[in-house]
Amino acid sequence: MQAVREILVIVLILLNFRLLGTSRLGACVQTVALQAVVIGLLPLLGPRLPAPWVIAMVAAATLVKAVVLPALVRRALRETGVVRELEPLMGYTLSILTGTGLLVLCYLAGRQLQLPQGGAGQLLIPATLFTMLTGLFLIVARRKAITQVLGFLVLENGIYLFGVAFAVHEPWLVQTGVLLDVFAAVFVMGITIYQINREFDHIDTDRLSTQGLKR
Amino acid sequence: MTLLLICLALLLAGAAACALPLRSGVIGPYAATGAAVLASVAGFTTLITGAMQTVTLPVHLPFDTLRLGLDPLSALFVLLIGVIGALAAVYGRGYLAGQDRRKTALSWCWYNLLVAAMLLVVLARTGFIFLVAWEVMSLASFFLVVHDHEKSGVLRAGWIYLIATHLGTAFLLVMFLLLGRDGSLDFAHLAAAGVSASLVFALALVGFGTKAGFVPLHVWLPEAHPVAPSHVSALMSGVMIKIGLYGLLRVLTFLGPPPAGWGWTLVSIGAVTGLTGVLFALAQHDLKRLLAYSSVENVGIIALALGMGLLGIAAGDPVVSTLGICAALLHVVNHALFKSLLFFGAGAVIHATGTDRMDRLGGLLRLMPRTGTAFLVGAAAISALPPLNGFISEFLVYAAAFKAVSAGTHPWSGLVAVAGLALIGGLAAACFAKAFGIVFLGAPRSAAAVQAHEASLSMNGVMVLLAVLCVMTGLGGLWMVRWVAPAASQLLPPDMTTDALQTLFDMLGRIGYAALALIACAAGLYGLRTALLRRREVRQDETWGCGYVAPTARMQYSASSFVQPIGVMFAALLRTRHYLHAPHGLFPTGARLHTDTPDVFVQSLFAPALRVLVRLAAAFRDLQQGRTHQCILYIVATLLLLLIWHLG
Amino acid sequence: MRYALLHILFALAFAPLLAGVINRVKAFFGGRRGPSLLQLYYDLFKLLRKGAVYSRTTSWVFRAGPCIALAAVLLALVLTPLGTTPALLAFPGDLLLVVYALGLMRFVTVLAALDTGSAFEGMGASREVQFSALAEVALLVGLLAVAARVEAFSLSVLARQAWSGGMAWPSDAILLLVAAALLVVLLAENARLPFDDPNTHLELTMIHEVMILDHGGVDLAMIEYASALKLWVMGAILVSLALPLPTAQPMLNLVAGLGAIMVLALLIGVIESVMARLRLVRVPQLLVTAGILSFLAVMVAMR
Repeated sequence: MQAVREILVIVLILLNFRLLGTSRLGACVQTVALQAVVIGLLPLLGPRLPAPWVIAMVAAATLVKAVVLPALVRRALRETGVVRELEPLMGYTLSILTGTGLLVLCYLAGRQLQLPQGGAGQLLIPATLFTMLTGLFLIVARRKAITQVLGFLVLENGIYLFGVAFAVHEPWLVQTGVLLDVFAAVFVMGITIYQINREFDHIDTDRLSTQGLKR
Repeated sequence: MTLLLICLALLLAGAAACALPLRSGVIGPYAATGAAVLASVAGFTTLITGAMQTVTLPVHLPFDTLRLGLDPLSALFVLLIGVIGALAAVYGRGYLAGQDRRKTALSWCWYNLLVAAMLLVVLARTGFIFLVAWEVMSLASFFLVVHDHEKSGVLRAGWIYLIATHLGTAFLLVMFLLLGRDGSLDFAHLAAAGVSASLVFALALVGFGTKAGFVPLHVWLPEAHPVAPSHVSALMSGVMIKIGLYGLLRVLTFLGPPPAGWGWTLVSIGAVTGLTGVLFALAQHDLKRLLAYSSVENVGIIALALGMGLLGIAAGDPVVSTLGICAALLHVVNHALFKSLLFFGAGAVIHATGTDRMDRLGGLLRLMPRTGTAFLVGAAAISALPPLNGFISEFLVYAAAFKAVSAGTHPWSGLVAVAGLALIGGLAAACFAKAFGIVFLGAPRSAAAVQAHEASLSMNGVMVLLAVLCVMTGLGGLWMVRWVAPAASQLLPPDMTTDALQTLFDMLGRIGYAALALIACAAGLYGLRTALLRRREVRQDETWGCGYVAPTARMQYSASSFVQPIGVMFAALLRTRHYLHAPHGLFPTGARLHTDTPDVFVQSLFAPALRVLVRLAAAFRDLQQGRTHQCILYIVATLLLLLIWHLG
Repeated sequence: MRYALLHILFALAFAPLLAGVINRVKAFFGGRRGPSLLQLYYDLFKLLRKGAVYSRTTSWVFRAGPCIALAAVLLALVLTPLGTTPALLAFPGDLLLVVYALGLMRFVTVLAALDTGSAFEGMGASREVQFSALAEVALLVGLLAVAARVEAFSLSVLARQAWSGGMAWPSDAILLLVAAALLVVLLAENARLPFDDPNTHLELTMIHEVMILDHGGVDLAMIEYASALKLWVMGAILVSLALPLPTAQPMLNLVAGLGAIMVLALLIGVIESVMARLRLVRVPQLLVTAGILSFLAVMVAMR
């Protein structure tokens, strides 16, 4: 079980790199969904099986994050008809290299933090921090509003995993709160994006801000 | 030791003879060669015997007596100065032949002084004589750099060098003051501990790093080396910048056991220096400028190795420390061999064609077969390819890094070293594939390249000798380490070497056999090929142009196009400027593309800093009116103030 | 020792077969019958019987290039283990010699390409040096990860430990990561899809094939054979590190290793059949990703 957990943690890190490196919006959405599945599996593979209601909670959360939210985002994509290229502010290779730097940072920070690990393996904390930072990075370094929604989801995934890792007994407290936040956020964003797109015919945040200046 | 004193005397006599306005200038190169050969003999015997000697000359100096000494660490550098000094003198005689005799004689005067000063720096056993010799070395090399001062840009490069080296010396001055706080600058009494040791290390890093070319203090190298005559570039790049590293090593012997932080610092400096050096080398299209940047890269590799060694010492790991220090020293030797060879080759190309712009050259291998072949050996050696010597030293660095990671002592540094070295190695191979391929292979790209001629016999002889040395040191890595080991042991704690050295010898012995087998196998296959083709038709024809029947030399891949993909990949660092004159209209004519990669540290670090400095200095302009009266007034005022201060 | 010799004999004999297997798989996916499994052998024998045509711009570098390339890859082969069958020559540090011998092979191929003075070959050479510089990082860092886990520095020892439960598969993710990275490096270094299309007919898009346009006869035979051996060498390294099939029988191990290399050829064939070539600007990204995989492996190994 420990081995599978570790491999899942590494898969999680690799999924983050895929987010940094891919140029396709569809791939991004798919990766976020996959990430949610991985993160949903992690608490189930602990040293002992959690209580049934925890399993139910986790299953519900995973279902929302891996199926419902990606479906919403995909719908928004379809409705607004955005081009599927990401248009990054920072190149993909450079993003990946930055990601490596962030990962090292997380590794070193994870060693400094001295948190109770609960047999989660040495890479869990760096992976958690790295997932949050990847989410933030996506929000900062990609141009489209839709990637900012995705970045937000990734950030939430990281926070959720953090909750699972450290509040092993009451993860649902952290989790439900965050989940509700995100759910609301995605809804608001979906609506906003739809509205923005109707007004301006595109959802490029960079051009939105310079719109007034140019005309 | 007496041999070395004779050398110094001979060099000074040679310098004096050249400085006289007589015909005696012709003995300059002979004096230099003779003395340098003697020096290398002295250095070599000391390395073999491992003897330590010091002499105190009966000369009264301020602060201290004139004390010189020779130990394995010094001897290693004496050997380098001797070998490269002698070869560069032989080469230089051919290179400067036919130039103005007066100018040549003066150049040889400075050359003799430079060799003497370098010898004195590595022999010095007191801080005072060290600094004096260091200064003479800097000045002599400055005058050698500005040999062709009537050409444009030469003086500017010379000034950059002079200012950089003096800034470095300023740091050294402070360092020696810190080290010799008990009043004596004798090396036997120099010591520092704790915070002040780290301060001394930092000062040494900046001071000696300026000479050695650590990024971002390397900016003088790509300016000064291309404009100097090629034998001088070879001596400066092959040996003089290593004197900076000698200084660093020597200071480390005063400082006691190094903390791990010094090792990390050196590893990071080394990785950054190596990577920056090789990337900028790739982007250059002047052969000598490319070689200068490649020297920066190799200094980076040496720093990386030294850093691994220091980390090993700090962690008490005998294998890592021995491998690291030996790798650093070995790479010093190897780089001296192949870099001077490459500069000699570049000099022969400039001599033959009048240009070192790679996009004007091409196809020189068939016109200059000996120069080209020797250059190829140097290029392969500097790309760390087996069976040549560059591979041996980089192998040792890798070995140290692998050990550091698997033993878990300093895994991050080891990882940085391996990843950095792998990237540097791959890019260096790309860089020298370009340097050799564009200059010596393909078809000539200009009339100058068509009319090239082989260099003179003495110049060729030197290059071939160095190429043979590169192969031999590659095959005999085992013996090289054996000779370097006593020098390395001066930096290592006393109980750390024997076992580690044995594992080292095992590895290098096997590599030697493998390299020999590689050469034999290649030769055998070539023989097989020749035998197979003997009775068959072997024709000559045009290069296959994929259906295009009238190719010209200008259609070949150029230096710019060869590195364009890598340039794009590292565009953020390189900031290559493109000057594109694109074709347009229905009948386009004269399209042109020119790329230029100025040093990013000059552009965005030193130039802005200097602009601020100039603005600040402008505030003082009112004080300086250029009148003699006023100057004297200042002097008098200062003296008066000092008098008052002293009395009061 | 005996088995090491056997491995080398097998490699010398069967390396050209790998290309045949790959092409057969591709033909199968394409619904064709495809060339004979032994096609490369026929080609080699045909080439060995031919004379030579040399370009007027070329020098001795062009003529010596194929010989040095073949010698270099032979040296690499002597140093390469296959599973628990150790290499003929094994010593601490041999992995670096393998990597750099392959580097020598690349260097002389690039120089021979530049020697022709053809713009196409210069183009191939330029791409080759760019991609290999990145691939080398992934390869060496990957080997570093395994070396760090096993605390050894020789390919043969690494291979033996990887198989003999020194690392309990699959509890250790290192091998998975390194194997993935090595597979990418193998595809890049051997000019396979998605990096380079060995079947393309457009010189502008080629990398390896375009570098050897001007070689013919004996020289081309040497280069083709050296390429086949290079694929074998890198395949053997990958198989040695990634395959958990240790038995007590040395002969059985050798046969299992050979089988694994053939399976690897099948896998390459499948990859080539289902993937398209990457745009050239995307290639560095994939190689950097391979480097990241290796880097992660080192991080896992560092604990």
